[in-house]
Formats: sequence, C-alpha cells, structure tokens
Amino acid sequence: MIRKNASEMAAALAAKEISSVELVNAHFDRIAEVDTQVKAFLYLDKDGALSQAKAVDDARAKGETLAPLAGVPVALKDIFTQKGVPTTAGSKILEGWRPPYDATVTANLKKNGIVILGKTNMDEFAMGSSTENSAYHPTHNPWDLTRIPGGSGGGSSASLAAFEAPLALGTDTGGSIRQPAAVTGTVGVKPTYGAVSRYGMIAFSSSLDQGGPCARTVLDAALLHEAIAGHDPKDSTSINAPTPKVVDAAKRADVKGLKIGVIKELQGDGYQKGVLNRFNESIELLSSLGAEIVEVSCPSFEYALAAYYLIAPSECSSNLARFDAMRYGLRVGAGDAEAVMSATREAGFGREVKRRIILGTYALSSGYYDAYYGSAQKVRTLIMQDYAKAFAGVDVLVSPTAPTTAFKIGEKSNDPLAMYLNDVATIPVNLAGICGMSLPSGLADEDNLPTGFQIMAPAMEDQRLYNVGAALEAALLSKWGAPLLAKAPALGGSK
Amino acid sequence: MNYEQVIAKYEPVMGLEVHVELNTNSKMFCGCATVFGAEPNTQTCPVCLGLPGSLPVVNETAIESAIKIGLALNCKVAPFSRFARKNYFYPDMPKNYQTSQYDEPICFDGHLDVEIETEEGPKSFRIEIERVHMEEDTGKSLHMGGATGRIHGADYSLLDYNRAGIPLIEIVTKIIPGTGKYGPEVAKAYVAELRDILRSIGVSDVKMEQGSLRCDANVSLRLIGSDSLGTRSETKNVNSLRSVERAIRGEMIRHAELLEKGEKVKQETRHFQEDTGTTRSGRSKEQAEDYRYFQDPDLVPVAPSAEWIEALRKSLPEKPSAHRKRLQEAWSVPDKEMAAMINADLLGTVEATVNLGADPTKARGWWLGEISRIANEKELAVEELSISPKDVAEIVELIQKGELTDKLARQVVEGVINGEGTPADVIAKRGFKVVSDDGALLAAIEKVCAAMPDVAEKVRGGHLPAAGALIGAVMKETKGQADAAKVRELLLGHLGQA
Amino acid sequence: MSSLSRAEVAKLAKLARIEMTDAELDALSSEFAVILGAVDRIQGAPLADVQPTSHPLPINNVTRPDVVIPSLTPEESLSGAPAQEEQRFRVPQILGEE
Repeated sequence: MIRKNASEMAAALAAKEISSVELVNAHFDRIAEVDTQVKAFLYLDKDGALSQAKAVDDARAKGETLAPLAGVPVALKDIFTQKGVPTTAGSKILEGWRPPYDATVTANLKKNGIVILGKTNMDEFAMGSSTENSAYHPTHNPWDLTRIPGGSGGGSSASLAAFEAPLALGTDTGGSIRQPAAVTGTVGVKPTYGAVSRYGMIAFSSSLDQGGPCARTVLDAALLHEAIAGHDPKDSTSINAPTPKVVDAAKRADVKGLKIGVIKELQGDGYQKGVLNRFNESIELLSSLGAEIVEVSCPSFEYALAAYYLIAPSECSSNLARFDAMRYGLRVGAGDAEAVMSATREAGFGREVKRRIILGTYALSSGYYDAYYGSAQKVRTLIMQDYAKAFAGVDVLVSPTAPTTAFKIGEKSNDPLAMYLNDVATIPVNLAGICGMSLPSGLADEDNLPTGFQIMAPAMEDQRLYNVGAALEAALLSKWGAPLLAKAPALGGSK
Repeated sequence: MNYEQVIAKYEPVMGLEVHVELNTNSKMFCGCATVFGAEPNTQTCPVCLGLPGSLPVVNETAIESAIKIGLALNCKVAPFSRFARKNYFYPDMPKNYQTSQYDEPICFDGHLDVEIETEEGPKSFRIEIERVHMEEDTGKSLHMGGATGRIHGADYSLLDYNRAGIPLIEIVTKIIPGTGKYGPEVAKAYVAELRDILRSIGVSDVKMEQGSLRCDANVSLRLIGSDSLGTRSETKNVNSLRSVERAIRGEMIRHAELLEKGEKVKQETRHFQEDTGTTRSGRSKEQAEDYRYFQDPDLVPVAPSAEWIEALRKSLPEKPSAHRKRLQEAWSVPDKEMAAMINADLLGTVEATVNLGADPTKARGWWLGEISRIANEKELAVEELSISPKDVAEIVELIQKGELTDKLARQVVEGVINGEGTPADVIAKRGFKVVSDDGALLAAIEKVCAAMPDVAEKVRGGHLPAAGALIGAVMKETKGQADAAKVRELLLGHLGQA
Repeated sequence: MSSLSRAEVAKLAKLARIEMTDAELDALSSEFAVILGAVDRIQGAPLADVQPTSHPLPINNVTRPDVVIPSLTPEESLSGAPAQEEQRFRVPQILGEE
C-alpha cells in the first residue's frame, strides 16, 4: 500500500478498500522500519496523525463530501509551524519550541483532511543544499545511504523516496524543493511566488521563499498543489487570484505544438555528463511527442548566483534577528540581555547560518549597500527581463535541475562555494518569482544515481509545468517500464 | 551662564521629531486591540510578538491617518511609498527590527506656521516639515530589582508587548534656524499647534502625559550670524509642552557653557529630567548603530490614488489657527482676550456656547469670569464643573430677554454648578423672577427717592453718577429681582434725566 | 572589497549579536575571501540604467480593515518564554538608555 501513489491511495480510501487509520499506521510502520537509516524525520506525531485519520474515516462513514486527498498522509518540512507540535526549522535555537499557531499551509492540509505524519529534517533555516546543515543530524539518500538527499528539504524528498510518505511539503528559496527532488528521483515544484501562503513558514529570504508540493508523481504533486495554494489575507505577498488548474493540466499531459526553450547558459561545463545525457534524452522525448525545441539565451544568469548570495543572506540576517532568547527558543549564557542574546545566538545557530548572517549584515551595511544588495536587486531585474524575453517565444523553458547527482555526505561540507554551486540552475527561478518543477529524468551513467529535469514557466502559469511534466513523465514511464523509484535499492525490511 | 548671556552671543538651530500614537482600533500590522492599560500580554498575537513565521499586513486606517496628517501639514503625498526595516536589537522590539519607512516616506516637504508673543508683538515662524512616515511602537519594559524602577541598577526586566505594533506616525522637521532667542517658545508653539491639528483631524488623542504624543528635541548652537552648524544633541523624554520649552532652553545653556569653556559638545542622546529641568547623558551617538535599512520584503508598496488623496484633503476640518482667526474676527475679540481664552483652553467651550445662540462677548464673560472664578475656588478645572455651554447659553438668553438680572444670573450659575439642575430648575426652585412691571419698579423708585432725598436731588441736578446709590437701593428693595438697566432707565426718567 | 579582515568580521558579529570565538572569526575571514570573490562578480554586470527589483510580484496596496480580531491568550503568547513573571516576559538586565 505504501508503494502506491497518493492518488491511488485516495482512490482506495474512497472505495473503502482501506481506512485512513490503517493507511497512516502502515506508514508509521514503514518509518519505524527504515528511518533509522534514512533519518528523514525530526518528529513523529503519532497521536495527532491518528486522530486526524480517524476524523476523516468518521466523516467518510457519514457520507460527507471530502477533499480529493482526504485521509492521505503527508510529511511536513519542519519549517512550517504546527500548533502544539515541535517546530525547529532544523535549528537548535528552536529546539522544543511548540508554536501557538498553525501556518496557513498547515491549516490548509488539516482542512483538506490530509494527515500530517510528522516534521521532516532540513538544512538549518533552509540554508543549504544537502541537509547536512541540520543541527540534529544529516538525512541519508535512500538511493545510497552514504549520500546526501539534497537540501534544504532533504527530509521531505527522502521520505518520499523511502516510501515513508506519499506526499511531502517543502519550501524553495534557491532550489530547496527542486534539487532534493532531482537527487532522490522524486517530483518537486516551486509554485509562482505568492501562490502558497508564507504565513507560518519560518522565514529565510522573504522575497524568494515559497512553499510547494513534493510527491512521487506529477499528478500527486498537482493534487497537493491545489490543496495548499490560494490567496491568504494574512500574507501581504499572497497572490489574489484563483489557483491555476494544475490537476487538469497534469491529466492533459499534451505537449503537441508547444514550444520548449533550452537555456544555453544552464548546461555545459560544470554539469555532470550523465546529468546532461539524461537531460538531452528527455528533450528528444518531448520532441517526439510533438513539441518544438529551440535554444534560448539568458546571459544575465551568469550573475544569478552572486545576486542570490547577496539577497538571501541580507534578508535572512534581518529575519533571524528575532531569535534572541527573550521570548521563545534557546536561552544560554549569563550576564545582561545583550550578553545572553549573543551567547544564545552563538550556541544556537550553526556555521552556515552564522556565515550567511554575517554576509548579509555586511551586504546591508552602510557604505556597502549600493555595491552589494542594491546591485543584486538590479541583477534581479535583468534576470526577469531575460525570462520575459525568452518566454515571449516559448511556452516553457527547461534545464537540468542540478549540475550533479547526489554527492557523498561530507564531500562538500567544508567548501561553501562548491555547495552553493548546486543551486546554479534553480536560483534564477526564485530571483524572478516564476514557477519551476523538477521531475526524474533517469539515472546518470557514471553512478546510477537519479537526475532531475527542470521545467520553468512564467509567473501564474504553473499549469504549464504540470502539463509538460506529466507528458514527459508518461513517456519516460513507457520507456523505463516502471517508475524510476522501482530501481532504488531496498532499505532494511522488505522491498 | 544665564539664558540672557547665552542668547547675547549664540543662536540655536533646532530639529524636532514628534511621534504620534494613532487612535486606530487595531495595531499597525495585525488585528490586536490597542486599548490603553489592558492586562499585560493580552493584546498580542504571532505578528506583534514576532513569532517565527508571522507576517505583517498594513492597517488601512493607519495609512489614511498618515495621509491626513501630511495634508494637514501642507505636505506632498508620495504617489508611491514603501516600508523599510530599521535593524537593531532591543528586547522591547520583538523582531529586533522596526518596520518603518526610510527613503520613501508617505508624506514629505510640508510646513507649519506658528505664532508666538514677543516683546515686539506677535511673530510668525514657518517650520519646514521634512517628512511624515509610518512605523510601529515597541513593547513596554518594567525594570525590576533596582531602587528607582529605572533601567540603571535594575536586575532584570519584565516585558509587556501590548504596545508593540501600535501605529506610530513620525513627523520630522527640517532644521529650524532663525528663531534666535525665541527658540524654546517656537518649539513649544510648534508642538502645541501640531497637537491641536492632530486632535482636530481626530487621528490621535495626543496626550503627552500618556505617551500618545512624544517629542524628541535636537538642539545645536552657533555664534550669531554664523553659517556653520554646531554639534547637536538629542533630548528625549520630553513629556509636556512646558518640558519642550524647558528642555531646549536648558540645552542651549548647557551647550553654551561647554563652548565658553572651550570644550566640545558631544553628539549624543540625552534624557530630560522633569524635576531639575536639565538633561542627563544617555547613549553616545558616536557609536551610532548602523540600521542597515532595506525595503521590507514582507510588505508591498503603498500607492494611494489621487482621487482618494483629494477626498481626504476635502474631508479635513479647518486648521485650528485659521479657525481661531475666523472666530476672533467674527467675535471682535481683542488679541489679549483671545490669548486669555486660548491659554485657559476655553475656546472650544465658548464657541459651543456661541453656537447655541449666545452673544460671544457675554459667553466669554461668563466662562472666563464667574465660572472660572468658581472653578479656582473649588480648585477644579472648568470642564470638571457641572455646567454646560447649553446652560450658559440659556442664562445669557434669559438675561437678554430681561427675565434675569446679572446678579440673579450669578446665583443661577452657582445653583447649576451645585447640581440643582438646569437654569430653569434653579429659577423655579429659588423663585427668581425679575421684577419688570414698571409700576412695581416705579413704586420702589419713589420709595427710595423719598428715603434718600439729597441723592435724588443731586441726580435731578444733573449729577448722574449719584444715581448709582439709588439704583442699588432699588435693587435691595426688590430683593435683587429687578433689572438694573431698567431701574436706571426708569429712575432717570423719574428724576427728569431721561 | 574582496575580503574581510578578522577585525571587520568581529565588528559584523557584534552588529549581529553573535558572540563568536576567535577560531570562528578566523575561519569566516578566510571563507569570505572566497565567497566575496564570487559575489564580487556582480560588479561586472551591466547595471547602468537598471531599476532595482525588490519584489517579484507587481502588487500594491495590500491592506486590512481597522478591525480588532481575537489575540492569543496570554498563556499562548508566553508559552515559549524562557522565563516569565507576572504575565510578562522576564529578560536579563538591559543595559543602556532609559
């Protein structure tokens, strides 16, 4: 049952072949079986989940109309507040903190009857590309336990790949949903900025952060997307327009006549050969399905990484100032308030977080603002202009999601710059505020590890991602004969 | 040094920053209530507590109030303004940044004209307004364990965040040169006028003692006639109009004393001390915090439409100063009397009385005369007495109709204040009735003239002032229930002096 | 500015209220040499006459009506407090101005 897709589980629930309580218990059993190896979860909410599941079962028994995914379990990235449940953002500074309120996303899940199994591991405050920056422990890639699952949302993607959950929620600031999806052979979507409410989503970089769906199939992601997206009056940056019909698009899966643009700058040197091979094969598949492939150039992407590593740290240096030991979270140290603040932030924040706070403090400081933060905002404009120009001639843009497959745990953790380069293909999407999806495009020749295919669409046109993604997914499924995850090694217990 | 010595050689340059707490129902960025004096931390939520994940949404009435304030101060309203984060750490600030406005304030480039009384007569000064912008208030700390409840010597502090997030409007003047020796008075007049304007547009209860109007005063000195600017100090904790004047005067003296000794004035923040009228050093501004302002990414720009701004402009009431001028002209009040009414804070009351039909001079006479006298006697403020403009208007009307004499009216006023009811009630209860029957009056007159023949003879002979004694006697005869003017008229007529 | 001296990092750490060890300051200083080198690339971008974008979304005027909505209870507000007293957050001695 745990091997099914979310939509298959939903159908089984609707047909009363299984109850939500049984389904949820099956997943807790699986978690107990394999999570000592994968370590995707930081917290399991057995009581809460089972009572949610029971409520759905009762409602179904009464014949009430339920949302499409009601009763299906989900894993929630530990960056979303859940009332009464420990929420840490992967940091020691929030160890044990139980929020007094639900994030809008959390509330939407509950409203839809989607059962929250627990909170997944992540790079501390969403800063990282490997989940090694979690203050608690790294998460291990189910494809190869010695390797990273990507980051910052490695826990969510790993839980999917390990069949610990059929659905997961992530957040994406520079690729934190898409890159883990790519290296774990799963699907991850960063919706248009503003599509999913940020209320209750612990902030890293406010103008880049966006919550999004993670799943094993494009259709599952679409179903989850519709459950969590929508206008939220509590979030000033929330789009006040109906959510695009992504489920319909995922079912349509038709690329005939569509124009697909391949971004010149997001290939070539720096990209693993096996990654590029799978990417090119996927392009050919799309072409064979009736799409027209053209090459486009986005020259300003050369500066995207630099702009990102100025904007994100700047915003986070301000967003993380509130962690000061006064109102919640860790408090250590002696002496006056300032001493306690400084000692707490030193003890409670990890290296990468401190690095970015200092970098951001620097980029915003007087005398440097124009050269750094100010310039980065201008690069943002250039990137948006490049995308606009490109999209004038094509329906979607594509690239490999990440330059490499999953690297070994510890391999890049001492080289911040090398770590940052993992995001080079995903970052431009966040800077422009448009939407992007990663879906599995096969295993790399060199190491038999998953690679990801990235699709990008203009802001508010998220349905294009799902249409093209579903079409490609179907074609690849045909080609492989089985989902990619079927090739993943067995983990402890039974396959 | 004394003040005279200071102003003989130096002149001040000032800058005034006023913070106004708006009277909105809810906070700037969240729906928490803004009730003053509520139990601690009962008006807090994830947003104003700065809990992880919380986000701000702007209060539309706060924007409206900010625009109204800007318009009332002759400012331009920015077609496009943004919020910025002012980053610094302090336990009373939940996010450790204040959401404010930086280089794109909502209103800018205005002015306010104030008038002060000088030896050479009234003088007008134009205060240029640099900007009006929106921001949020901080929480309140109680400092515990020390002897005085103040921060120095305290062991720990207790934080109440009810006030955190309440909308504040900051009004910043451009530098104010050219006030010479009148600097302190001009500053006080500016704050007073500002307060009146804010009150008249209804955006705040502007109570300095409660903190809904706060003033920070910046002062520097330069030699008279000099072009350069001296080093300035900022004085906080100025909690009343009088303190504004005293603080500036005190700082001018302090700066002068330093300069005379050849010492430098330190650029710093100082705290005004009510009891001594001087300032105490606070945090040195040489280590000025770098606030690292940047546009708040959680909020979107404010772009008020031209139509809305026009509508708000039209909705503004008449400016207090224009209003006062208009009344002064309409009522023909001499400057000194006008000033007296304003200083006694009775202009509104008198106006209300006039609006109910009373003659302005009479209304003014009653409120500033008899009623103020009674208030002083009882050691109360006039507004604490239980007599209303309606009561006074009624009394004035009765006198005019001849149904009350001045003397009786005073007793009616006393009765109303003592809680005996309305003027009509008092008149009925005490049986006041003006004797207006000519016959009865003439009878009394004849009686009095017969009793005081010498005085009557004097009047007959043309010595009119002597009539006073006769009139007094007639009043006594009629138990004060005669109209003195009528008595005089009849008496003179009787004595051939009509 | 393609590097930060240890002293400069220390100043930034103070501004950010993080009490770093000497080892950390040294490490950051050398890491920044690399990171800032990469970030400095931005100076090569064609930025003349380009307007900055602070927001990907072209929305203005998002407001809420001036209506009171229920707050958290004091217990909920104080639930995370490391220390509390008399329904207030208890914090260590605050030095500095009144």
